[in-house]
Amino acid sequence: MHELPVTQGILTVALETAEQYGGYRITAINLVIGDMTSIVDDSVQFYFDALSQGTAAEGAKLHFRREAAAAKCLECGHEYPVTPPLNPFCPQCDSAFLQISGGKEFFIESIEVDDENTGG
Amino acid sequence: MKIPVVKQILTGNDQIAAENEQTFRENGVFALNLMAAPGAGKTTFILATIDHLPADVRPAVIEGDLASTIDADTISQRGVPVIQINTGGGCHLDAPMVRNSLPHFALSDIDLLFIENVGNLVCPSNFKLGTALSVVVSSTAEGHDKPYKYPGIFATADVVILTKADILEVFEFDREYFERGLKAVNQHAPLFVVSGRTGAGIDAWVAWLLDRRRGYTAAI
Ligand SMILES: Nc1nc2c(ncn2[C@@H]2O[C@H](COP(=O)(O)OP(=O)(O)O)[C@@H](O)[C@H]2O)c(=O)[nH]1
Ligand SMILES: [Mg+2]
Ligand SMILES: [Zn+2]
Repeated sequence: MHELPVTQGILTVALETAEQYGGYRITAINLVIGDMTSIVDDSVQFYFDALSQGTAAEGAKLHFRREAAAAKCLECGHEYPVTPPLNPFCPQCDSAFLQISGGKEFFIESIEVDDENTGG
Repeated sequence: MKIPVVKQILTGNDQIAAENEQTFRENGVFALNLMAAPGAGKTTFILATIDHLPADVRPAVIEGDLASTIDADTISQRGVPVIQINTGGGCHLDAPMVRNSLPHFALSDIDLLFIENVGNLVCPSNFKLGTALSVVVSSTAEGHDKPYKYPGIFATADVVILTKADILEVFEFDREYFERGLKAVNQHAPLFVVSGRTGAGIDAWVAWLLDRRRGYTAAI
C-alpha cells in the first residue's frame, strides 16, 4: 500500500530527469531497494503501470536491484546477508548477539531512454 | 542512452518535512512521530505521558490513526489541542498532511507535539514528517518477536517504548529476547518499559523526553 506514493515519487523523478535530458521516452528505470525498507517489487511495478499511462514513461520496465542487510555475530564474528524476518541466532555459533546493518537503500540509480525517438 | 539519477524518490516529501522541521524550530515545538501497530497502545501512551508532564510544558496532539479505540474527543476533553488528520485510507502520515494541519494550532503556545501516525509497522518510517524524535511503540500483547519481524522500523527509532507492561506475564513476553532483537538492529535507541494503563514507567520516560527537549530548545 505504501508503494503507491513511493511509486509516484519514482515516476516523478524519472520524468523530470528524462525531461532535463531532452524529453526522450523512458524505456527502463533501474532501482536499488534494500530489504529493510519493506518495499515490494511487484506492488511498485503494478502501481507504476497504472500511474505511467499516458506519460513518457509508459511501458517502461522497472529493474530492481535488491540489497540484503548484513548481520554480524558479536561472538564469533561471522558476517552474512539477512532478509527479514531475521533469524535470532547466528547460523555458525548459535549466539543470539547479532548486529544488523544496511539494507536501507532506496533510490533510482539510472533511467534508460530511447534517444532515437523524442516525444512522450 | 542511460542517464544517472541524482534526485531522490521521496524528495518531494522530504522537502516539506524539512519545512515542517523549520516551522517547529521557529516556534520552539518539540515534535514526536509515534509509530506502532494498530492497537499497540499509542493513544493511551500519549495520554499517560501528557498526564505526567509538569504544568509548564504545554502538549498538543495530531491524531493520524482513525482506527484508534480512543479518539480525538478523548484527548480534547483534557483540554489538549488536537487535530484529527483523515488520511483517506492511507497507511501512513506524510509531511504535507502534517504541514496542512499546522495552521490549526497556535504553535507558539505548544511545547510538545505528539503526532500519532497511522497504525502500521511497515511503511511510516519511509516518510519523514519533520519531527525531532521518532518513537516506535510496541506492546507486550503483540509478542516479543516484533524487532525480528519488522527490523526496518525499529532501526529508524530514536527511542522505543514497550507498553502494556502490566500484562507482560499474561502474554509470556520474553523481554530479554525482545531487547536482544532491538539491540541487533538499533544500538542507539533507549528502551522504556511502561504501562499506559497503570502509568508504570511513564515518569522515567517523561524525564528522558524532557531532557531531550531541553537539548533541542537549547540548540535553537
Ligand atoms: N492492559 C493494558 N491495555 C492497554 C494499555 N495501553 C492500551 N491498552 C488497551 O489497548 C487497546 C488499544 O489502545 P490504544 O491506545 O487505542 O491503541 P492505539 O491504536 O495504538 O492508539 C485499548 O483497549 C486500550 O485500553 C496498557 O498499558 N495496558
Ligand atoms: Mg490511537
Ligand atoms: Zn556466531
